Amino acid sequence: MKKTESVKIFLIALIINCALLIISSSSHALDVKRKVLDNGLTLLIVERHNLPVVKVSVGINAGSLHEPEEKAGLANLTAGLLAEGTKSRTSRQISEEIEFVGGSVGASGGDDYVNASFSVLKKDVELGFELLADIILNPVFPEDELDKKRERIKAGLKSQEEDPGFVASKNFKKAIFGLHPYGRLLTGTAETLDRITGDDLRNFHAKYYSPNNSVMAVVGDITAEEVEKLIEQYFGLWKKNDLETPVRPLIKDLKEKKTLTIDKELTQATIIMGHIGVNRGHTDYYKLSVMNYILGGGGFASRLMQNIREDKGLVYSIHSYFAADRYGGHFQVSLQTKNESANQAIEEVLKEIDRIRSTPVTDMDLSDAKSFLTGSFPMRIETSSRIARFLVAVEYFGLGAEYIDNYPGFINSVTKEDVINAAKKYLHPENFILVVVADQEKAALKKELSINNDQ
Amino acid sequence: MKRITLTILLIFLVLSGCTDTSRKNKVGEEVNFYEEVLPNGLKVFTIKDTNAPLSVFQIWYDAGSIHEQIGKTGVSHLLEHMMFKGTPKYGPKTFSKTIKRAGGIDNAGTSKDFVYYYQKLAPDRLHLSIEMEADRMRNLIMDPEETMSERDVVMEERRTRYDDDPQNLVYEEVISTAFKNHPYGRPVIGWMEDLKTITRDDLWKYYRSRYVPNNAFIIVAGNIDINSIMGMIRKEFGPIPKGPELEKLNIEEPVQRGERRVYVKKEAELPYVISAYKAPNILNEDSFALDVLAGVLSGGKSARIYKSLIDEQRIALSAGAGYSNFNKYQHLFYLYGTALPGKTIEAVEEALYDEVEKIKEEPPLEKEVQKAKNQIEADFIMNQDSIFYRAMIIAEFELIRDWKLKDEYLEGIRNVTAEDVKRVAKKYIDEDKRTVGTLIPIKKQQ
Repeated sequence: MKKTESVKIFLIALIINCALLIISSSSHALDVKRKVLDNGLTLLIVERHNLPVVKVSVGINAGSLHEPEEKAGLANLTAGLLAEGTKSRTSRQISEEIEFVGGSVGASGGDDYVNASFSVLKKDVELGFELLADIILNPVFPEDELDKKRERIKAGLKSQEEDPGFVASKNFKKAIFGLHPYGRLLTGTAETLDRITGDDLRNFHAKYYSPNNSVMAVVGDITAEEVEKLIEQYFGLWKKNDLETPVRPLIKDLKEKKTLTIDKELTQATIIMGHIGVNRGHTDYYKLSVMNYILGGGGFASRLMQNIREDKGLVYSIHSYFAADRYGGHFQVSLQTKNESANQAIEEVLKEIDRIRSTPVTDMDLSDAKSFLTGSFPMRIETSSRIARFLVAVEYFGLGAEYIDNYPGFINSVTKEDVINAAKKYLHPENFILVVVADQEKAALKKELSINNDQ
Repeated sequence: MKRITLTILLIFLVLSGCTDTSRKNKVGEEVNFYEEVLPNGLKVFTIKDTNAPLSVFQIWYDAGSIHEQIGKTGVSHLLEHMMFKGTPKYGPKTFSKTIKRAGGIDNAGTSKDFVYYYQKLAPDRLHLSIEMEADRMRNLIMDPEETMSERDVVMEERRTRYDDDPQNLVYEEVISTAFKNHPYGRPVIGWMEDLKTITRDDLWKYYRSRYVPNNAFIIVAGNIDINSIMGMIRKEFGPIPKGPELEKLNIEEPVQRGERRVYVKKEAELPYVISAYKAPNILNEDSFALDVLAGVLSGGKSARIYKSLIDEQRIALSAGAGYSNFNKYQHLFYLYGTALPGKTIEAVEEALYDEVEKIKEEPPLEKEVQKAKNQIEADFIMNQDSIFYRAMIIAEFELIRDWKLKDEYLEGIRNVTAEDVKRVAKKYIDEDKRTVGTLIPIKKQQ
């Protein structure tokens, strides 16, 4: 147990640059203890004694980034089967044990990393650690459980075709990311799933599920000493592994305008438009956060919502965001509007993108964005579950132990020039992918919007 | 999503149950509860919790969709949208912007029983909530043009949530078939045909009659100074005149004498079934056993429905049971399932009934009952981590009768026996009293 550092993090360091309100700053300390254990596991602990509850989240760098294209879905399936049988427990025994105490344990896949977690009342914390360690260290991936899971994932894929948002998003990501794992469905497809064997799962697990490839956050009614003892007891056999970095295809910015239309019997057109963005570590990330808040990230404070919902009544929901993962990201605007107003809604989105690229935002726009982004930060870490997931993400993305302290500074240093420059640099109204899932006859997309149309 | 229709959300919320404050907080932490009724009839509850990093303001109106007239469904929910459109004092469309500028978030929800509005803010900014909520209780602008534009927005919301979501369409059909007389049968969001004809006047009348202090209550929770919050509330809400006493809804649903069936044909991938039975709310002793029954059937992967339909028989992609016990009047206990490709929905429906039949014949094991109780209790405790949820619990009990009932809830759950579970299964899960809806997937007509 080396490198003990106690990081005192204060929340809500609020900067006041708002003409209308005098905002005083309150502070809530979040005391994070960080350690890197001998086996390489990064451990983060926050003691919170407000409730007799313990939440643990483990981020394992074993997401779909590490799987081969022809076996897409392997990483997700590996994560999903961890709790479906270990050397000493069947799937049924695991669910019986944890559900009996009203807790939960399991793992779910991700592009960047897998999240394995448990949630229990304080009195059951030993059981939580025991089961979590068992599913991470000793999964056996039984054939029948693999068959069942595969069958359900395939059926789930079919079922999701009923959801226009899913259909639009699937096509959009494929179009912008091409062969990169970020462009694929986490679940894989029926075809790639059929290629995955039990040995694939066991090999994938052996290769990537190692402590030096993982971050564990423990939050709740427990002391650091108790945590360390439990980890020694249950994770003592988790051994360090030599890691190799897999070769991934580069993300190519396609720089082309393309429209994809999917015809379905729907009353609304579900529309996604966008392109490649930036990764989470990018230096312009915070400029983009502020810019996007004003454009379409700020709910009722955003221009897209103001114009297209509030002024024109064309949508119920519209928003834009920069999704930033470790190795890349994308920008998208999504909306739903009745088939007949698809053209108008798209044109209005383009107008707003054009406006934020050509006209500086007002002082008020800028200060409103900053005061929300900094002031609402505590909500992101309100509960123990949220804190645990947040800490894992901060560690995985390398945002630094002082991230909470630094965040207001990152946001508040953004200027009006930064906003317009970021908009000019990272929004591409000339080159974007447009996906429209709709009753195409009624939506009747205009010619100029149907460039390179792939039906 | 903004302005949520709570109908569906509630079904999930209520499953987790509620109970006494004593287990929420450890000794030594300051938690105070204070209740006051202002002279104009407005009830105020405040919870001080020094641990909470945030505070929440909620105002609940007894103005849910059950109060709508035939032909005017959707008025309650559209009015909820209009509440964000501004008052003379603060100007148009400033509410959410002001809250966001203060680092907070705000939203609202409409259900059959109630409408509520909330803000989550740092405690020193709660004055914004208090000033602006008091103002919009009385002084909405409700510009006619704005109203028509917002009606369009709600129609878009309806299209997203129902018209283009096959399973939700089935749910809507089932509810409207299960309740012939009780207004629970009508959709909160409104029928599209009604939305088209709602006028500004309809909304205005509804607003004026139901948005009065004696038809609402407030909950403020967080690390707050109760005296100062109460001072602000008395100052801002106190001058609002009391409205006329509103009549309590008194509508009985006629006895159902035989199964009802509805079908929805729609472009979809997999067939789906939902089977709904009338069931009492938490004011009825049987509700505790029904809650446990729902847990025994569908509380996780080790529960009966998952084990049988998904794991062993492999006929369903998803399946479960639910019980909406936190409604003001009797609502529903339901079973549902989506068939795996190649399996029939009839087989799924039969298998769901088989699981209930087994319990009617043989009470569940002690261990299963204990597990369901433990789940309800653990969920309750874990949910306390959110100050918003803690305020919500008070509200849900207060809406049904009295917030103090929450202290009896877990006790009620703990007292349930395996025999009770069998008894309520026999009493309520009766084939002659069910309404079954089935989704029949069709392909798009060319």
